[in-house]
Amino acid sequence: MMKSADIHNAPVLQAVGVSLRYPENSDYVLHNINLAVYEQEIVALLGESGCGKSSFINLASGLLESSEGYVAFCGQEIRTTPAKVAVVFQDACLLPWLTVYGNVAFALKLESLRVRADECKARVSAALRDVGLENAASKYPARLSGGMAQRVALARTLARRAELLLLDEPFSSLDAITRRSMQELLLDIIHKYRSSALIVTHDMDEALLIADRLILMTKENGETRLAEWNLRDILGKARGADSDNAQHYRRSSTFMDLKEEIAESLAYSTKAFGLSSKNTAHMKKQNFLVNLD
Amino acid sequence: MRLQNTSRRKSVLIFLLPFVGSICFVFLWWGLTHFLADSTPMAAYFIPEKTWQSGLRLFSNGVLVEHTLDSLRRVFVGLILALSFGIPVGLLVGSSYIFGRVSNLFFQLLRMISPLSWMPLAIIILGIGDAPVYFLLGFAGVWPIILNVAAGVAAIDPKWLKMAKSMSATKIEILFHITLPGIMDHILTGTRLSIGIIWIVLVPAEMLGVQAGLGYFILDARDRMEYGDLMLTILYIGVLGAGLDYAARWLRRRWRYYD
Repeated sequence: MMKSADIHNAPVLQAVGVSLRYPENSDYVLHNINLAVYEQEIVALLGESGCGKSSFINLASGLLESSEGYVAFCGQEIRTTPAKVAVVFQDACLLPWLTVYGNVAFALKLESLRVRADECKARVSAALRDVGLENAASKYPARLSGGMAQRVALARTLARRAELLLLDEPFSSLDAITRRSMQELLLDIIHKYRSSALIVTHDMDEALLIADRLILMTKENGETRLAEWNLRDILGKARGADSDNAQHYRRSSTFMDLKEEIAESLAYSTKAFGLSSKNTAHMKKQNFLVNLD
Repeated sequence: MRLQNTSRRKSVLIFLLPFVGSICFVFLWWGLTHFLADSTPMAAYFIPEKTWQSGLRLFSNGVLVEHTLDSLRRVFVGLILALSFGIPVGLLVGSSYIFGRVSNLFFQLLRMISPLSWMPLAIIILGIGDAPVYFLLGFAGVWPIILNVAAGVAAIDPKWLKMAKSMSATKIEILFHITLPGIMDHILTGTRLSIGIIWIVLVPAEMLGVQAGLGYFILDARDRMEYGDLMLTILYIGVLGAGLDYAARWLRRRWRYYD
């Protein structure tokens, strides 16, 4: 557990020495992860398939229990998903027998939130308006496109008024054009609601466009390694930048250089269990991201 | 325009086909009984004309309606018993691997015993009257519900459960907001199969130890040597059974409103 002194200045989400291995498998899925997400910060967790990104989201949302270490939300160790944490999965996970309205209102009617009927209606209407689906409230999921379904999933998290969004490759099943518009929508929503977010992705453009900070997760000989880039410093981003600013960064030469640097880091770490020394100018730290002292 | 007319004509024809089949059956029945009447005088009692006269009499004096209501009440009670036992047990079988394994052999064994073979035991324990019939109907109808509910639980999309857990839903909330609506299609399929089995078992069950119902009325008609009544009741049971099956199918289609 955390000490009281740590709780006072604790980040929104903090992982301390987190390891995970399944009982039937002696190999670590994740090993000794230390990372944090601070207030109104968007952190992208980038990595190749199978490196444990999604497992980390499951740990951070309380859906899995760590083998060692702990994950804390606002200083409290996570055992089940806290009411102020919302998860968006790769699949929209909409319930087919409920309308769009019913799906968005789903969590608000549960014991953990139990929002009053009038407030529930106001929250759902506001969330649907924010994702541009105010006219689709009575539709059933079978009638929605992939992009619309993912908008409903976003609206469902917005209606919960979550302080932390955990997004597990939320747009990976969408086509390129829809993905771009959804990324911009997500950015605007996080900016508007002043939430914090941890987004897991394997799309480098998405990570660079959305995040304030990028964490590259790789796996080497069963060890999980993390490397960090502070995009706010490197790209000159303002905290919680919206989609208009994001388009500006996308066109900068620094953006392209950074993209190349991260791609090389990923390629080298996968190939040679180590990072290239020639093209890592912006990289801040490796395997350590939060100073716990 | 011509295409539209052709397609409309086709759908009218498809709608009329079952009626054409029924009319053909009546003609076949009429021909066969009249043909046999010369060599087998007994066949003359079963001709459609006599059945028609019985129908007019039994429906106008309300006798058949009373027996129908008795039979439908037994079907309803039997179905409620089958559902109230079948759904919880099906949920257990589908969600607990251990319970599924433990109960599998036992349930398969029970399922293969004809419900009517329990009749003597049911009468000894529950006495004469409606109670043993309810037991037999419930016992006959419970298996399709257990099997369908268990299959439904196994087929639930794990993503729905993960989503509900990520929203801190309790086990009870998951049961009522995810599992039960998620398996409703399977429950309704099981209900439809159950109604079919209950309806088939009902008639022989009503031939033992009760004083009303369509099964009883068939034996009564035989004893009174009113073969027109007997033939009518047999056909009427078929029509009612088909009606119940249609109602169950309609209910299932209504539930799939979201497709």
